[in-house]
Amino acid sequence: MTTTVARDTHVAARATDVWKVYGTGEAQVVALRGVSAEFERGRFTAIMGPSGSGKSTLMHCLAGLDSVTRGQVAIGDTVVTGLGDSGLTKLRRDKVGFIFQQFNLLPTLSAMENILLPLSIAGRKPDKAWFDTVIATVGLGDRLGHRPSQLSGGQQQRVACARALVARPEVVFADEPTGNLDSRSGAEVLAFLRRSVREYGQTIVMVTHDPVAASYADRVVFLADGSIVSELFEPTPESVLDTMKRLDVLSGEAGV
Amino acid sequence: MLRATLKSLLARKLRLVLSGLAVVLGVMFVSGAFVLTDTLGRSFDQVFSTAYSQTDVGVAAKPKVDVDEFEGEEAAAPFPTSTVDKVAAVPGVAKATGFVSTDGARLIGDNGKAVTSFGPPQLGESWNPDDGLTELREGRGPTADNEIAINVTLADAAKVAVGDKVGVLTREPRQDFTIVGIFGYSGDRDSLGGVQQVEFTPPVAQKLMLGETGVWNGITVKAASGVSHDQLRDDIAAQLGDGYEVKTGQQLADEASGALKQGLSFFNNILLGFAGVALFVGIFLILNTFSIIVAQRTRELALMRAVGASRKQMIGSVLIEAVVIGLVASVLGLGAGVGVGALLAFVFGSVGGGLEMASVGVPAAAVISSFAVGLLVTVVAAVLPALRASRIPPVAAMQDVATPDRPLTKITVAGAVVGAAGGALLALGLSGNAGDSTLWTILGGVLVTFIGVALLTPLVSKPVVSLLGRIFSWSVPGKLGRLNSGRNPRRTAITAAALMVGIALVTGVTVLLGSAKSSITKLAEDTINADLVISGAQSGPRPPSFDPVVLDEVKAIPGVRAATGTYGDLGEVNGDREYLTAVSDIAALKDVYRAEPSAGDIGTIGPDQMLVDSKTASDMGLSVGSRLTVQLSRGDAQTYTLSGIYKESDLYGGFVLPVQATKDFAIPQPTQGYIQLDPGTTASQVEPQVDRLLADSPEVSVADRSKFIEQQTSGFDQILTMIQILLALAILIAVLGIVNTLALSVLERTRELGLLRAIGLRRAQTMRMITVEAVVISMFGAILGIVVGTGLGAAVVRALKDDGITELVLPWSQMGLAVVLAAIVGVVAAILPAIRAARLNVLGAIAHE
Repeated sequence: MTTTVARDTHVAARATDVWKVYGTGEAQVVALRGVSAEFERGRFTAIMGPSGSGKSTLMHCLAGLDSVTRGQVAIGDTVVTGLGDSGLTKLRRDKVGFIFQQFNLLPTLSAMENILLPLSIAGRKPDKAWFDTVIATVGLGDRLGHRPSQLSGGQQQRVACARALVARPEVVFADEPTGNLDSRSGAEVLAFLRRSVREYGQTIVMVTHDPVAASYADRVVFLADGSIVSELFEPTPESVLDTMKRLDVLSGEAGV
Repeated sequence: MLRATLKSLLARKLRLVLSGLAVVLGVMFVSGAFVLTDTLGRSFDQVFSTAYSQTDVGVAAKPKVDVDEFEGEEAAAPFPTSTVDKVAAVPGVAKATGFVSTDGARLIGDNGKAVTSFGPPQLGESWNPDDGLTELREGRGPTADNEIAINVTLADAAKVAVGDKVGVLTREPRQDFTIVGIFGYSGDRDSLGGVQQVEFTPPVAQKLMLGETGVWNGITVKAASGVSHDQLRDDIAAQLGDGYEVKTGQQLADEASGALKQGLSFFNNILLGFAGVALFVGIFLILNTFSIIVAQRTRELALMRAVGASRKQMIGSVLIEAVVIGLVASVLGLGAGVGVGALLAFVFGSVGGGLEMASVGVPAAAVISSFAVGLLVTVVAAVLPALRASRIPPVAAMQDVATPDRPLTKITVAGAVVGAAGGALLALGLSGNAGDSTLWTILGGVLVTFIGVALLTPLVSKPVVSLLGRIFSWSVPGKLGRLNSGRNPRRTAITAAALMVGIALVTGVTVLLGSAKSSITKLAEDTINADLVISGAQSGPRPPSFDPVVLDEVKAIPGVRAATGTYGDLGEVNGDREYLTAVSDIAALKDVYRAEPSAGDIGTIGPDQMLVDSKTASDMGLSVGSRLTVQLSRGDAQTYTLSGIYKESDLYGGFVLPVQATKDFAIPQPTQGYIQLDPGTTASQVEPQVDRLLADSPEVSVADRSKFIEQQTSGFDQILTMIQILLALAILIAVLGIVNTLALSVLERTRELGLLRAIGLRRAQTMRMITVEAVVISMFGAILGIVVGTGLGAAVVRALKDDGITELVLPWSQMGLAVVLAAIVGVVAAILPAIRAARLNVLGAIAHE
């Protein structure tokens, strides 16, 4: 099932002319219009755009959570497009990690058990050294035995981050990871994500609409109406905000 | 993965307990049945191995007519003393003792009524103090012809003591004896297995129990030392030839015990039947619980998928939950079953007059079947929800995937197909073309029909629930409740379907039995032309009988025009087993039963003539003048000439013999008497006089015709009550289902409830809203059950039209009661979930995810 594409060691995830169309006839919505993008290994990329721009759809398609209507998606050297359920399951086990806006921890498991969940589902033993590193980095220390309900939102999201990192996936997809957090907790989580990229070479793709969050990334990709409309490297909150304003004007003009 | 599954299971233990309860009850019945059978079986073994411990070889004459367990009992076949001498002369026989021991000695207790044993035989025997088993507790053995000894069990049941003068009913009318002794058995036992024994002197026993002196009906053989029992048995058999059954004591014990165990299997099947109903309803309950839980955990399950769980693992995790619940329920059910089985065995033993119980045993079959049934049911019920869980897309972890109302087309088509298949199966079974498997075909048909209806329920639920709900729509909470109950048609439907099964079964059985009862009453009213009827309620294998002299005495009462007695016996006609009757006054047959002649003369009958009905005549190809060979319970086969044919009647049997033949009937006394009065004489004038004449025949009583018919059909009411009580269990399980569904729904709608409370819904209003939802669901289930049950019942009644069930009686008042009860059930089921909903912390509920 796994087709090897020309191996480009720099690219962790790639979308090639991806179209996504929902519904048919009158109710038809085109969410993505021929998006092509590469996400480099060891880089922190943010995807931004107004509501309905297709940023979440793009991430879902990249992660193999949603199928594409046309075009191709690849994670590392694996072509995601056309994979069956077992192929996708394997992909999720080995190559992809997720961080959600709602944390999505299992309330019945302790923080430790939540972190180890992907490994135990796959029936694998954790790499002790890496596990310790991850735990040390998220800085939960003595709270590992607690249930999610006994943790603050920021702590819960850090557990979720650790869960995404512990299997050393090719790419971690983060969907508005700070959306449910206050700015301080959000900053902690983002700093942690950036550290995992800088220090351990993790690849992270993050969807957000918060310019401050986006500024933690190495690169920001802007989407509007299902297409990539702009790109920014080494962003600052100000430059992100400026770009967004500019795009707003553009799309406003386009809408007239 | 396993750990995550088990932890989440533990977190939801309460709601799973509710759904597991149905399995517990079902398994309880299954294991209870096995424990009961095993315990009683071993008790029987013990009793009979004691009873035959002193018998090396036993000899009996072959019965004239073989009788099945459910047809009655075999009549003892007497043989002369010369046979005992013949056996004694066989080499290797140390001692051969002839004895009389046969059922049918009914002692009249101190209250003037015949003592009944509720099952175990009432033996009349020849006293043999040297049998090595009996121990005299008080007094001595009978030596004069007017003396008897009785066992302790009988003495206790009759409340009599040594020195009392008591009446005993046998083949002969009442005779009075003095009790000179009371005996028991070694080990301080009052009897062997609750048997009641009356010991006469041998000649009296012969005359009263076998009908003539100088005959016996059994021989106990003691082998000389060193002689093998099997060898001796074969030697004696060879000596006696064909007409005798010769068996070793071991064989006799095994056979006697085996026959009783077979009788038990009937009881066992009833228990297993109710286990089946409980488990069937349980499947609905578990299916629903798992479905709701899967729906509620969508996000959690999607997360598992997102972090790499495969579909198989998802299915596995749900099934593991099912297995754990199944295991726990099986263990609990097994434990409860052992208790129930032991309790039933105890009740059975004490009702049967003190059967000495073996220790309660848990046979391997009980354990294996408990776990097999418990696991199977839970896992089968969890398969659909497990598949649904595996189809949750991982993306649902990130967003609220709107689950659109899945169209009901597929499920409706499936329901129609399954329902049609069930109907076809039912029709096949009822048409009588299914042969030996008729019962199974009908049961299967009912089962499949239920599944079909359950599948159709979601479609039906929409209009019916909205209609039902309108009753409550006058208030805002009522309206909200109605809307909530229509919100998830599948969930509402399956909850209601569980209730439907129980109510449909009750309604169906009520329709069937009510129709049967009414048909028989109508037939009896149309057919029996008597003002007073003498009869008694049968409580064992022997129908009650009375002294024929009473009939002559009744005739002498002024105002009595005619008094006729009827006799019955199971015999063989031309080699086929048939029920034969005789009438004390043949002319009255025409009068009392309104029999009409079809050929020949039915007003008279000679000593070697007989009558048959037109159906029997055409079935057997008989005409007036045909000759028939009849073998009765006793005596030799005799040839009768057919002298008359009467028109077929459903009430009266096919063969009528002259009254002279009754001396060879197993019971040579009339079992029913019909009294016709002169015009102008009322039944109430004659009744007390007849009553006095029956003083010595305490097994029967006299009643006017309508009371008699009521007595005869009262059995239907008893059966109905019993079935209703047991089916109430199925309804109870369904109620648990409603509680469960509501509790889960409340949990699911926490946020919504919080919002409603926040915008001003009062606690009482919240509770009313939940209650309306419950009442609508339960009434829907009840109405569905009534419709389906009436349909099934009416179908069976229609199919039995040719078998005499001509009336269709619909139990309107019961149906009304069922709907009212369902409403109450709904209110009760809503109590806990409603309280829970009302207690919600408004703020917390709104923040709830």
